[in-house]
Amino acid sequence: MVGSGRQLGGSRLVTAATEALTDPALEAAVATPEFELANIRQRKRRGLLIALPAYIYLLIFFAVPLITVIIYSFATRNRFGGADLNNWNIDSYRELGDDLIRTILLRSAGLAILTTIICLLISYPFAYYMATRSEKVRNLMLVFVMIPFWTNFLVRNYAWYVILGTDGPFSQFTEFIGFGPTRVLFTQVAVVLGLVYGFLPFMILPLYASIERIDGRLIEASRDLYANGWQAFRNVLWPLSLPGVVAGSILVFIPSLGAYVTPHILGGTKGTLLGSYIVTQFLTARNLPFGAAMSTVLMIIMLAATILYFRKGGRTL
Amino acid sequence: MGETRDAHETTTAADAVAISGVTKRFGDVVAVDNIDLNIADGEFFAMLGPSGCGKTTTLRMIAGLEFPTQGSLKIFGDEVGTLPPNKRPVNTVFQNYALFPHMNVLDNVSFGLRMQNVGRSEAADRARALIKLVQLEGMERRKPSQLSGGQQQRVALARALVNKPKVLLLDEPLGALDLKLRQEMQNELKSLQRELGVSFVFVTHDQEEALTMSDRIAVMEDGRLLQVGSAEDLYERPANRFVADFIGQTNLVDATVADSDTIVLGNGSKVRATTSLGSGSKVAMSLRPEAISIGPRGSAPADHSEESLDGIVSSSTYLGHAVDYRVSVDWIDLEVRAGAIGAQQRFSPGDEVSLWWDRAANWVVAD
Repeated sequence: MVGSGRQLGGSRLVTAATEALTDPALEAAVATPEFELANIRQRKRRGLLIALPAYIYLLIFFAVPLITVIIYSFATRNRFGGADLNNWNIDSYRELGDDLIRTILLRSAGLAILTTIICLLISYPFAYYMATRSEKVRNLMLVFVMIPFWTNFLVRNYAWYVILGTDGPFSQFTEFIGFGPTRVLFTQVAVVLGLVYGFLPFMILPLYASIERIDGRLIEASRDLYANGWQAFRNVLWPLSLPGVVAGSILVFIPSLGAYVTPHILGGTKGTLLGSYIVTQFLTARNLPFGAAMSTVLMIIMLAATILYFRKGGRTL
Repeated sequence: MGETRDAHETTTAADAVAISGVTKRFGDVVAVDNIDLNIADGEFFAMLGPSGCGKTTTLRMIAGLEFPTQGSLKIFGDEVGTLPPNKRPVNTVFQNYALFPHMNVLDNVSFGLRMQNVGRSEAADRARALIKLVQLEGMERRKPSQLSGGQQQRVALARALVNKPKVLLLDEPLGALDLKLRQEMQNELKSLQRELGVSFVFVTHDQEEALTMSDRIAVMEDGRLLQVGSAEDLYERPANRFVADFIGQTNLVDATVADSDTIVLGNGSKVRATTSLGSGSKVAMSLRPEAISIGPRGSAPADHSEESLDGIVSSSTYLGHAVDYRVSVDWIDLEVRAGAIGAQQRFSPGDEVSLWWDRAANWVVAD
């Protein structure tokens, strides 16, 4: 009941907004003489012209490769490691039911969820702290969050490779404080560590943006109305920051699910993940249709997760 | 109930709020400077002053949203100095209401009860009773964004009152409303307060609002408490130049104290007025525009010889029920308000006039 009421309210708002947008344009179109109509058409054409470079970019680098991948996923592998484009079938999709594939998919999803949760746990208090500082401190902290981006992602992964490696600084440190040498490199711990490190800013920034928008007086009002710290968080801060939580989680979960570089460098050969497995299909096993089918399914899963997540968080967005 | 009405009397257990020696500093800025203030149970108390005078900070300290740097703050005899807001028997109606945008009216109003672990159905029942009291029946499922300003303000009131606070704090609650609605809400607030018998502490920068609604008013400026008293006290017996100027309109005539019952105005004329300030101290004489009579030159009654001045009208403004004149006496301009009814003679700019007033209207304020 409450849920439907909320959704109703939301859609009503949306209709009101679209009405406000279209009404004057409609009126103008009905009420104006010929030359003004021409003017409107011309303005639309000009808008398209400005957006054209972006459209061309999307067509060449997004639409064409995507369609190619989908087409290849229905093709048959030929003897030379290429794809036979005459023989259409869904054999590649059938192969996805394999136990090995399911294990890899579950493992990847598990790691991606774990990465997302850890990022959220680290980022939320940080983003809240940042959002409640003065303008000056805030901007400084934002710069600190961005600084890692100035170094290439690959280079930063190799830095972790060195830090976590045998006899590396981390191992030396644990030995120094009495835990003995550790070997974190080539474990799933290293992969999660690398992913959290890499994607943390993608969680912090949307969280910060949404927490910063929340009126601090709402927290004060909840405290005035007998909420203790936890209740104020649970009933006011958290629901109001949900759009940021949703956006940040999507931005971390999706690249984590298909991650290739980090697992490749830090993960070693055991516990293959989806990203690496797909690359293997294309480059080593030369099974183009199978790799393409896996990519397609992965994309569909991500798309579904995104739509579901936005729907769920959408009513507070 | 209400044993003590004087801000400087000693604290009694019945005082709703007792503030003594409270100072609040933000870094180097002193927001509230060593104030003493007692608010009686069941009193409608206003804190009045220009923005930045410390009135809101004082209110926030009572609410527990700020803690005093120094001093003692008691609510019904219990020291609450650093108690968090959720541990105090007070509730606040915030400026711009601070309604929870993600909750409907019913959830907003029952919020305080649910935080105190009142059962869901009981909380809803009590919230509905309050929603009825503020005349918002049928709006329970609406979100704050779907309500008008006046309706939001009622929700804010209901949300605070549902908790049966011992003191209700209101931070410029009518500031965002248009004039007509504001006057309506003033009456409603006043009658609600009488009905409930709870102390209301009301922060405003609007002196008219404070005068019409409150039992007592505290005037603040620059973090200091300048005067506490009834509307009549403040208007007729202002304690200093700021209060005289801030409450209503007045003419402030610079003067020097000659002795305990004589002051010397800027033009050298002596005026009888009692003052406790030592001779030679700079003071101002406050003369309300409506206390001054105006007539043709030479018409001042003989027994007002000391309290009269001659001047020339420099402007006149017709207000319907009254006429405002600005009269230029050779060394100062005075505002005069004359009745506009019946045979009252009207004057135009350039007319030569005499002004006079009763000795009782002379009121000396410290500079």
